[in-house]
Amino acid sequence: MPDKIAIEKKVLSENDLLAQELRTKFQENKVFVFNLVSSPGSGKTSLLEKTLGLLQDKLNIALVVGDVQTENDADRLIQAGGKLVRPIVTGGSCHLDANMIHKSIQQFNLNEIDLFVIENVGNLVCPSSYDLGEDMKIVLISTTEGDDKPLKYPGMFRKSSVMVVNKTDLLGFSDFELHKVKENARQINGQLEIFELSCRTGEGLDTWIDWLLEQVILKKKEI
Amino acid sequence: MHELSIASSIVKTVLEEVKNRNLKTVTLVSMRIGALTDVVPDSLQFGFEAITKDTILAKTDLHIETISVKGCCNNCQHNFEVFEFVFICPNCESNDIKMSHGNELEIAYIEAED
Repeated sequence: MPDKIAIEKKVLSENDLLAQELRTKFQENKVFVFNLVSSPGSGKTSLLEKTLGLLQDKLNIALVVGDVQTENDADRLIQAGGKLVRPIVTGGSCHLDANMIHKSIQQFNLNEIDLFVIENVGNLVCPSSYDLGEDMKIVLISTTEGDDKPLKYPGMFRKSSVMVVNKTDLLGFSDFELHKVKENARQINGQLEIFELSCRTGEGLDTWIDWLLEQVILKKKEI
Repeated sequence: MHELSIASSIVKTVLEEVKNRNLKTVTLVSMRIGALTDVVPDSLQFGFEAITKDTILAKTDLHIETISVKGCCNNCQHNFEVFEFVFICPNCESNDIKMSHGNELEIAYIEAED
């Protein structure tokens, strides 16, 4: 008769421990960190290009950019003026983990950074399980997707603090309805902060930028 | 498909237990997995079988208990089961809900022979 042995151990405890270490390090340096997640093609890199363009005179911004293959997105962000951009090519892995971030931050001097952005691999499933030591997850969705996406990927929308709806210039060209996506998202996460914008036309970007600046300032004031 | 990396983490932990406790065989690994973790039990089974093949865990069963999502209302403190991922309090209709269950991704116990 085999013995029953209680283990009671989180499967991702190693990742969580390392993420907590990262969080402490970011906290000590008063760096605001967000983990940007979305499906492929929603516009994560576009949002970051625009954000860089509007904020890089005011803030020191570091970006780590995850992709399964190629450094194309990192190259785009360098083109957009990013001075502290580091690619993470996962070579097949569908998500970033705390260990990858831990390695990448060795390349930065954290006390010179105000805003640290993690662009995750385009995927709304796997990245939700991996804490990267961020202050918050920001989920991006675009109007060329289904407005029921929050219902299809509840884990990610529940774990995110902010939802950005991109490509609002294309509203009306598809069946996507803004009020529906908001309703669906808030059903899963009533505390979700929501921004609507178009990276292409620039509409709504000012509200997003103001909010982001405020987060960075609030972080600096934290004891 | 991050189930394979989850499976690797499980195997790593179990093998550590085998070593530390001097176990001969592990017959069962019992998992608790929350419904909101986005881990697919079938894929995890498949991944576990694939990576334990030709190891001492080749014959080990993986048991998965799915934990349903439960919430506690921050407004009226009502505890309730969250159906269909609707995080709205059935008592006071507040949407300020703290999740109490559904995020578990844990090895509960193993059954082993020494």
